[in-house]
Amino acid sequence: MQQFDSHQGVVAPLDRANVDTDLIIPKQFLKSIRRTGFGPNLFDSLRYLDEGAIGQDNDRRPRNPDFVLNKPEYSSASILLARENFGCGSSREHAPWALLDFGIRCVIAPSFADIFYNNSFKNGLLPIVLDDEEVAELFIAVKSAPGLELAVDLAAQTVIDNDNQRTYRFSIDEFRKNCLLDGLDEIGLTLKSSAAIKAFEARQRASSPWLYPEQSA
Amino acid sequence: MAKTLYDKLWDSHLVEQRADGSALIYIDRHLIHEVTSPQAFEGLRLAGRAPWRVDANLSMPDHNVSTDRAERAQGMAGIVDPTSRVQVETLASNVQAYDIPGFSMDDPRQGIVHVVGPEQGATLPGMTVVCGDSHTSTHGALGALAHGIGTSEVEHVLATQCLVQQKMQNMLVWVEGSLPVGVSAKDLVLAIIGRIGTAGATGYAIEFAGPAVRELSIEGRMTVCNMAIEAGARAGLVAVDQKTIDYVRGRPMAPTGQMWDKAEVAWRELVSDPGAEFDRRVDLDASALKPQVTWGNSPELVLPVDENVPDPAQESDPAKRESMQRALEYMGLEPGQAISDIQIDRVFIGSCTNSRLEDLRAAASIVAGHHVADSVKQALVVPGSGTVKQQAEAEGLDSIFSAAGFEWREPGCSMCLAMNADKLGPGEHCASTSNRNFEGRQGFGGRTHLVSPSMAAAAAIHGHFVNLQNHSEA
Ligand code: SF4
Repeated sequence: MQQFDSHQGVVAPLDRANVDTDLIIPKQFLKSIRRTGFGPNLFDSLRYLDEGAIGQDNDRRPRNPDFVLNKPEYSSASILLARENFGCGSSREHAPWALLDFGIRCVIAPSFADIFYNNSFKNGLLPIVLDDEEVAELFIAVKSAPGLELAVDLAAQTVIDNDNQRTYRFSIDEFRKNCLLDGLDEIGLTLKSSAAIKAFEARQRASSPWLYPEQSA
Repeated sequence: MAKTLYDKLWDSHLVEQRADGSALIYIDRHLIHEVTSPQAFEGLRLAGRAPWRVDANLSMPDHNVSTDRAERAQGMAGIVDPTSRVQVETLASNVQAYDIPGFSMDDPRQGIVHVVGPEQGATLPGMTVVCGDSHTSTHGALGALAHGIGTSEVEHVLATQCLVQQKMQNMLVWVEGSLPVGVSAKDLVLAIIGRIGTAGATGYAIEFAGPAVRELSIEGRMTVCNMAIEAGARAGLVAVDQKTIDYVRGRPMAPTGQMWDKAEVAWRELVSDPGAEFDRRVDLDASALKPQVTWGNSPELVLPVDENVPDPAQESDPAKRESMQRALEYMGLEPGQAISDIQIDRVFIGSCTNSRLEDLRAAASIVAGHHVADSVKQALVVPGSGTVKQQAEAEGLDSIFSAAGFEWREPGCSMCLAMNADKLGPGEHCASTSNRNFEGRQGFGGRTHLVSPSMAAAAAIHGHFVNLQNHSEA
């Protein structure tokens, strides 16, 4: 996976709760069998005024000038600020792929949907949970100073707003943190436990043989 | 110590508990479809890895397949959209390359993974079941620990037969009473989501229990568990009882003979122990429920059919007010408008939530002897699997639907997320038995109202929503 240790960048405010994965990347783009190329269609139905299709020339499509990522001050944003339950809905990993492909490395929100949260780590996209009040404060800060940059330090578990001299701390579980910091290959790591997996299978085959139909046939 | 059902399932699949709080969990069944697997197979190939245990997997295409009979008869060539076709072809070549079992598009058993798994006995009580699809929670209705995963995890399961997990918390949703006539499992789960919200169960596994859940058929329990994810829970569960055992017996992939006897004994233990502690409990009374209709772009924006669309002006929280306003604008609804006045352009009866035999029977019983309203442009019935389709046809349900002006289709996901040709046009209102009413979910600009199969059938006939409780003969 892509490694992540620290990052500094422009934060874009997407002032919306329950941003679902259908909104992040609509289904017509899930037909791609690749992991890349989703960036131009990130938030497709919010970003463009027409209906998007796969393989289109997106530069020729009418853009929604009111959408935050279409505003010049946020065109280079790499941190997204959103409200609660970000990433709810489908399990599509295309959602973090699209955010990353656009250039987003962190999403800050008061809460995330479970599968999206999990999928993000697998790809080096850091989801950061801050309190409601802290997120509200950041929304005010970024709206009053568009183009505001934040500095994220994963090892220290901090988000620093240098303009306002504020440091926000976030929590994250150890396993995910280490995987991200080291850019670990999780499958390789699990395969180191091959002996334990085989031992489990031997035990289960004895106790629940119906789960191994080749044996019961 | 008294354990919950979730605790038992977790403990019995624990391969390794790690010091950092993560755990390695063994996966008994991995279901695979064409949308979330191509990149996982590619990853496997690039790393030079092989599947750990081929026979634990079961694959089938469902999202992109055509539901049109003539197109379906042409096989791959019948998938008109080339990008959809490539995805279905990619699945076919991947499962062939790795010798993974499954049902191809023209297999009579093909269908939506979450309908086919239980139906074939590929999902059994006590299993851990995963799929690159959030509605994998459906399988929890059989007392299995089942949840959706992303593509990286699909690759992880293929390569290791395990997942790295953090244990969830336990939530109990206890439903007293009995569902009134005209009120179904779908209405129950919509009401639960309306009550706790779409993030209400984030971080939890929900066990649905109580007299009203016991009374549900296994199919009804699947409808409820299917939408556990819509309440934020990764997994939904119902304890094993006699109905579970009866449902599983005789399924093609279920154990037989002595193996069955042994399995049955073990499965009967799959209940929460008396006195087991839950981290959160929610109580509901089924007898007070009415048929539900969603009016906004989140499943939590739901109301009983006899109520009115809410007025954002009455909402004191500014963030909520704004999201209500946005929902009403997208949905083209007026504050205070009666739900029963919402005019319907299309009707979709299908999806992994409501496309099983019981659902089709319920819809057919409303439809019989009536006709789809002139104002309704299209009414689709899409059985969840080839097996459901055959059973329904054997009962003559297809003729009831066809005579009433419904289109009787081939199995697949269809208009649930409109990856194939079945979709809403901009601004069209749909009475849909699916699970998500997100913006654009059923087609660009489409307006989805989630309802039960009977409610969708009645809406098709009347051209607007009606309270089934006042329309006994529809
Ligand atoms: S029917 Fe709908 S929700 Fe179910 S698997 Fe298919 S697309 Fe997903």
